[in-house]
Amino acid sequence: MTQLLTDEHRAWIGRADEPVEVEVHRSDIVKYAIATEQVQKKYLSGDEAPLMFIFNLFGRPQPIANLRPDGLPRGMRRGPSLPLKRVMAGGTEVAIHRPIRPGDKLTGVSTIVDIYEKAGRQGPLIFTVRELCVTDDSGSPVFTETQTSIAR
Amino acid sequence: MKIADLQVGHGLPEREHTPSNVSLFLYNAAVWNAHRIHYDERYTTEVERHPGIVIDGPLQGDWLAQCVSNWLGDHGVLERFQYSNRRATYLGDTLVSGGRVTAIDADSKRATIELWVKSIDGEITSPGSATVRLYA
Repeated sequence: MTQLLTDEHRAWIGRADEPVEVEVHRSDIVKYAIATEQVQKKYLSGDEAPLMFIFNLFGRPQPIANLRPDGLPRGMRRGPSLPLKRVMAGGTEVAIHRPIRPGDKLTGVSTIVDIYEKAGRQGPLIFTVRELCVTDDSGSPVFTETQTSIAR
Repeated sequence: MKIADLQVGHGLPEREHTPSNVSLFLYNAAVWNAHRIHYDERYTTEVERHPGIVIDGPLQGDWLAQCVSNWLGDHGVLERFQYSNRRATYLGDTLVSGGRVTAIDADSKRATIELWVKSIDGEITSPGSATVRLYA
């Protein structure tokens, strides 16, 4: 198989984005709980966030002028310019240290922890693995999310 | 529920999900996602060439997390959770979330759960797994 990844691509491994700070509001938890048809009172009242409330929690809202024609923000994530352009989500794994509650002030740091390529059935694939480490304002861990995206 | 009550193969309650245009709108507003494949049918079919409005993958991840959380209740905590989206699903599809216990460690009071979202035909669209720790 032709090697698609160069040392320049691999140099991104270990690079971390700037920390992103988020304050969790009860009303946001309630909206999420209703939209996802939660059934437990602690979620519907906003006392605790459902686990997947974390999805896009650290995505910085962009002005409409910064959105692409498909509706997604330009330059969603820092990372190398890969030779394969069609990107899809791979797996997501979360290690949970404690639930998220209203009033939490969270800090997330995303780091590229691996970039590698494999031969797929329909051609080469490039895997980018990012780890998001989230702590609260006392520095205690809240959760760690490992996400894999696949370019083809 | 106690760890001693569980057996490998124990099933978690299944739940049917049939997202609507309205529920997908609310979900994408809640997670601040403006990707047009979740609300603009003409764009979705003509530009991105999907057969219909796409049901969000992370929403199906939520259904898996709910499957465990609703079964576990206040009897323990969810420690690890993993899922992937294996194939796209579309507005109009009815999907079923469920799971079963695959391993039990009585000493640490932990159980491993296999999870799935399936189409109504039984094809797994989003597999996943979880580790829970019970209090007793």
